[in-house]
Amino acid sequence: MLDITINNLTKSYPGLDRPAIKDITFSVNKGELFGLIGPDGAGKTTLLRVLTTLLLPDEGVATVNDLDIIKDFKEIRKKVGYMPGKFSLYQDLTVLENLTFFATIFNTTIEENYDLIKEIYIQIEPFKDRRAGKLSGGMKQKLALCCALIHRPSVLFLDEPTTGVDVVSRKEFWEMLKRLKEQGITILVSTPYMDEASLCERIALIQDGEIMSIDTPDNITKQFPDKLFAIRSDDMSKLLKDLRHDTLIKSSYSFGDSIHITFIDVDELTISELQNKLNQLEHKSIEIEIISPTIEDCFIRLMNKTA
Amino acid sequence: MKDIVIKTDKLTKKFGDFIAANEITFEVYAGEIFGFLGANGAGKTTAIKMLCGLSIPSSGSATIAGFDIYKQTEEIKKNIGYMSQKFSLYEDLTVIENINFFGGIYGLSDKEIKYKSSQLIDQLGLSNESKKLVGSLPLGWKQKLAFSVAILHDPKIVFLDEPTGGVDPVTRRQFWDLIYEAADRGMSIFVTTHYMDEAEYCNRISMMVDGEMKACDTPANLKKQFGVGTMDEVFYEMARGAARGEN
Repeated sequence: MLDITINNLTKSYPGLDRPAIKDITFSVNKGELFGLIGPDGAGKTTLLRVLTTLLLPDEGVATVNDLDIIKDFKEIRKKVGYMPGKFSLYQDLTVLENLTFFATIFNTTIEENYDLIKEIYIQIEPFKDRRAGKLSGGMKQKLALCCALIHRPSVLFLDEPTTGVDVVSRKEFWEMLKRLKEQGITILVSTPYMDEASLCERIALIQDGEIMSIDTPDNITKQFPDKLFAIRSDDMSKLLKDLRHDTLIKSSYSFGDSIHITFIDVDELTISELQNKLNQLEHKSIEIEIISPTIEDCFIRLMNKTA
Repeated sequence: MKDIVIKTDKLTKKFGDFIAANEITFEVYAGEIFGFLGANGAGKTTAIKMLCGLSIPSSGSATIAGFDIYKQTEEIKKNIGYMSQKFSLYEDLTVIENINFFGGIYGLSDKEIKYKSSQLIDQLGLSNESKKLVGSLPLGWKQKLAFSVAILHDPKIVFLDEPTGGVDPVTRRQFWDLIYEAADRGMSIFVTTHYMDEAEYCNRISMMVDGEMKACDTPANLKKQFGVGTMDEVFYEMARGAARGEN
């Protein structure tokens, strides 16, 4: 069963030379945790705003919960939860006042759906009388999630909920999402962090308004066409320069404590040939190992392919 | 001996009873890429504000580019560069207008600004874009321009506050190429990031927990110390124990 269907959606803004999103087509299954992975300016926010009926598309059709995003916008708004990238609650209302407000406009009460938000809300409950504007980043994020959930939506749209949040809070947030998914809520979440892709069931890699790939994270990394190697030496910045000029190498880029490379043509001999060349260039303690590509490796390859 | 560009001794900042930064002591060398990490609320922003001469410490001492953190804050500001993801350039000014503006702010002469701007535009390959509004440039170019403008006055040290947040993986790496080039020329780089793979690109990493600098070492030594394989795990191990959540 599908909860979101998107067909050939395009949206342009005046004055810009390319559409914000172009010919986007995919669907999200009921109860799925689907990730929209891409950098700033990729079109993630535009797509989420079109799906939440806040923006009209130029072309294309889409449904949420079998409801048309143009014709049935009023119905959709009752059924979806939306957490925008920019904090959009009332800064001069308290935590509790914000939550009560959102429950009331959706014709419900905090008590009625408390079980859904309980786990998240108890973390901010000690600050329930504090104004939302005075909360820290992580607390604001939790309150915004509670407000987006208080009417028990069937589909939840989250726009970069973990941007600017540290590693520990990011981990906690993804655990919250996993538990919401277990309650049967369909989740479409956007993020610029490639390492969060593996926490989704399926992902779309998006860049410059277009989708480069859609699949499970595992299948996307399996589709990486070349053998990928990680290489290290005692002088990493010289190593990168040397590799960039090497005729055996197809691609090379830094990746954490190593450099990832692919070869134009690879067998046992190529690797020892490279090792010899690097020895001659006075690199010490050279290590080369074959590794499995990450989503970020796939994203870089797809970007370079289209550039 | 390596030249020291930043030297702090028990640098402390209190807001009432709250100790935002507690007795921070460290050094940054010339040409070093120094990573400054910490969870939200750990005291990073407070520390950076003091180091940039924007906030007077409650106690402790420090010199930045040779200038005293209490008495010579104006000299400090002239001798550092600063760039953040949030505030970098004026989107509604052209490339050349931005360069002229910041050149003027840094007190460069008209002659210097003219020379610097043509050199910079050549280097970045922006000659066709020099009269375009910065807001219309692709993100990657904006980032590179912002960095080049932040170091227009050849500061001894440049502070980069999450310079690559939300930037695509290819542009992020091009940005680090610029950082390496600047460091090779002897400039010190003081950088904060939420990307732990970028922590690996730093010569040394410091880690703030609850207002204190809990670690300061090379990425390799930190990983060894915690017996883990990635900086991500180092960060997680250290930040997890923080008593002070986000206030």
